[in-house]
Amino acid sequence: MNVQTPPQKLTAKDFASDQEVRWCPGCGDYAILKAVQTSLANLGARPENTVFVSGIGCSSRFPYYMSTYGFHTIHGRAPAVATGLKLARPELDIWLVTGDGDALSIGGNHLFHVLRRNVDINILLFNNEIYGLTKGQYSPTSRVGQKSPSTPLGSVDSPANACQFALGSNARFIARGIDIQAKQLGEVFARAHANKGASFVEIIQNCIVYNDGAFDDFVAKEHAAERQLHVVHGQPLIYGKAKDKGLRFNVATLSLEAVTIGQDGVTEKDILVHDEKNRTLALLLTGLKPPAFPEVLGVIYCDPTTSYDAAVKAQDDAVRAKGPGDLDKLMRAGNTWQVS
Amino acid sequence: MNLQANPGRGDGSSAEAGAQADVDSVVVRFAGDSGDGVQLLGHQFSQETALAGNSLATFPDFPAEIRAPTGTTYGVSAFQINFGSRVVKTAGDQPDVLVALNPAALKVNLNVVRPGGLIILDSGAFREKEIKRATFDTDPRTDGSLKQYRVIEIDISAQALEVAKPFGVSQKEALRTKNLWVLGLVSWMYDREMKSTSEYIARKFGSEDPVGQANVAALRAGHAYGETHEISGEITPVSLPAVKFEPGTYRLVNGAEALSWGLVAGAQLANLEAVLASYPITPSSPVLHILAKLKQFGITTFQAEDEIAACCAALGASFGGKLGITASSGPGIALKTEAIGLGIATELPLVVVNTQRAGPSTGLPTKTEQSDLFIAVWGRNADAPIPVIASRSPGDCFDVAIEAVRLATKYMTPVMILSDGYIANAAEPWRIPSMKDYKPFPKAFRTDPEGYQVFQRDPDTLARAWVKPGTPGMMHRIGGIERDSLTGNISYEAANHQKMTDTRFAKINGIANDIPEQDVEVGETSGKLAVVGWGSTFGPINRAVHNMRARGHSVSHIHIRHIWPLPRNLETLLKSFDKVLVAEMNQGQMLTLLKSQYLIDAKGLLQVSGQPLKIARVEAAIKEQLGV
Repeated sequence: MNVQTPPQKLTAKDFASDQEVRWCPGCGDYAILKAVQTSLANLGARPENTVFVSGIGCSSRFPYYMSTYGFHTIHGRAPAVATGLKLARPELDIWLVTGDGDALSIGGNHLFHVLRRNVDINILLFNNEIYGLTKGQYSPTSRVGQKSPSTPLGSVDSPANACQFALGSNARFIARGIDIQAKQLGEVFARAHANKGASFVEIIQNCIVYNDGAFDDFVAKEHAAERQLHVVHGQPLIYGKAKDKGLRFNVATLSLEAVTIGQDGVTEKDILVHDEKNRTLALLLTGLKPPAFPEVLGVIYCDPTTSYDAAVKAQDDAVRAKGPGDLDKLMRAGNTWQVS
Repeated sequence: MNLQANPGRGDGSSAEAGAQADVDSVVVRFAGDSGDGVQLLGHQFSQETALAGNSLATFPDFPAEIRAPTGTTYGVSAFQINFGSRVVKTAGDQPDVLVALNPAALKVNLNVVRPGGLIILDSGAFREKEIKRATFDTDPRTDGSLKQYRVIEIDISAQALEVAKPFGVSQKEALRTKNLWVLGLVSWMYDREMKSTSEYIARKFGSEDPVGQANVAALRAGHAYGETHEISGEITPVSLPAVKFEPGTYRLVNGAEALSWGLVAGAQLANLEAVLASYPITPSSPVLHILAKLKQFGITTFQAEDEIAACCAALGASFGGKLGITASSGPGIALKTEAIGLGIATELPLVVVNTQRAGPSTGLPTKTEQSDLFIAVWGRNADAPIPVIASRSPGDCFDVAIEAVRLATKYMTPVMILSDGYIANAAEPWRIPSMKDYKPFPKAFRTDPEGYQVFQRDPDTLARAWVKPGTPGMMHRIGGIERDSLTGNISYEAANHQKMTDTRFAKINGIANDIPEQDVEVGETSGKLAVVGWGSTFGPINRAVHNMRARGHSVSHIHIRHIWPLPRNLETLLKSFDKVLVAEMNQGQMLTLLKSQYLIDAKGLLQVSGQPLKIARVEAAIKEQLGV
């Protein structure tokens, strides 16, 4: 046996597998893959203790491109597989990669339960508002009017809001990022990784083939500064190229208003300060949509509580602390009789 | 007077069973409203009977409704027990004694009582309203419906109310002691010690609780009633001598218990911890309940959000290096199908317990059937073979579960156990095994990265190595997309898919060399007729074949445990008989399987009534085949 001692500090390359990446050229997934590999290196993660679990779809090919352990499972069920894995091996660092169809359509049930149970895994939902692998049908996050092979006259479905779904599922960590913003994604991944519970991260991802430019209303260069709000806990909810726009709470309507500092008597004091432990604020922030409001990015909600796997382990450990079971004894408990 | 307490033919219910068989076993059926505590009554009487050393088999027969409207026929719950001084193998074809706690219980069960049998009625429950509710047009006690039976009417309700008076319990609580009163009476009839029941009540209620005291008083009062009242003249108490069992320590066990303990035993023998992930479903849920209390054995249980999640979580646990187990019943198994396919593709161990029930769809959740053989053997998309093993009796579930764990871990494959609702709920005396008598089969994990390839195989078993995440230097990815036959990387190559499909088949087929050859339960290894069964039809087939052989007929009993792959000598064995009769509780699934594999002209004895197969039916089918 010849096990080499791994180098102290790993690089992003150490997290890349030897497999050729097979996403379409220009796909947003490449950037996310790179950001994840870089983040894991920065976090000091060990490939042998890291597992990527995925469902089915373009994004779910992710595990094959990582040098960690990986399990490419079946459509929509990755949260269930990851839950079983985490119960069996709570010490492993588990990442779940899924898409809007995988997580919110066929796997909606499992996503709900993995979030409400607060299983300690990091969930990366690549939201491109389209089915890519099956060639372009509309998805549960597609907007009304989306034309696709299955909706030639435009979709009439009301779309799901991924972060609000997570919030409604009692998720305790909710964040949002954009595929091409590697730095911000890295910060979000670090926070998600640090949270001991289900960490839900929606990643806005561009499908260059079937839904190119779907998010241009806030991702495109000309809109980015004016329509993206990167929230930071304890900092005012200010955005805009000139840092002159902000969110103000309207007590009368129980809603947020987009205001401009210096106009209509608005001062910086009127701007809400981000509190990531405030669930009501999280509900308001995740409901905002451009162009009237900014797209809210960063760690929107983080209010940790005991994870499901930790609670299960505590119960298991408490019983096992009393000593191992004796099957012969168990089977002889209660009413027995001897035949000689 | 006649020995009314012991008129039975028990197992040998056929008219040809002979006079001697009449006195060595009795079938008693308790029936009442689903709130009357009939199952508890039956269970406690079984305990007393087991402790008295009799052989026994039970058949709890209850509706799916938890509390159906009082007095309705669809709310009737029944418990049948067959016990005797010889080895009892079934719960009995026809009850010799029926205790009916209300008119509906009489209505539903009347047609199963042996003509000439004894019926004990709670006359206090036979008021006009209840009689109508049970859909009798007229009072069955007076309109001649019961003329072919012996009937004893006792106002059990009034007795229970009277006995409970001193304890100051409510009328409702007092009436709920009826079951204990009946137990007292029946304990007197069959000379049973009531100590275990008294202890049970004390444990459940504590000695100070007036409800517990009222129950103990009812138990004693029922017994005293038998001793002192006029029925002493009509029923002579009977004591059946103990059966000469093999030496050992015995207990009553039902299939769910034996199966759960067998899974624990299997995990221990494999030197693994286990994760059971399940979703509640009748009649499989007891496995989840039992294992949830066995955390000290390294078992973690998980009640998943649905059947699919349960199977996926179990598979996730197996990927993590623990033994993944999921337990369900037919409709749940259908939902797990895709995840089982993933287990086949990724070649991970997984134990899938299928406690079959009558179907299709919801079917009859509390009634038994063997109609999931096809879904077990052939019921997945694509070419997806797995081993399938069936248990024949409650106690047999223990060994079947161990065998399932052995095959799953040794061959890195999902394995399906077929039990059924009858086996899961029925109890039988069981010689408690000792773990030291079982040969361990510890599962080794590969930790050496030198030359490791994910789908490299053991040349003998064709199994790939199991590697735990967390092992340095052996990181790998697996998934449902076809894998390269060596590296495990995604491969769309035509020749590779052919090779992997062939290998998956060869691996499972090869298990035929690692399981026992098929033996013959009763009779010669060749002859005129082989009756072939599998699963819970063991008892009725076995008894019927014994009975027919005692009458000089050439017939053998073959009972198949390994449903897939089939035992390697089975074809030769079956072809050594002139005729083959397959008796099963479905429309011919094993029959079709055997015909397809061996091109034999087998015939079927098929029944899907939701009830266990009757001995008399098997005997009649044997006669028909033999032309006698």
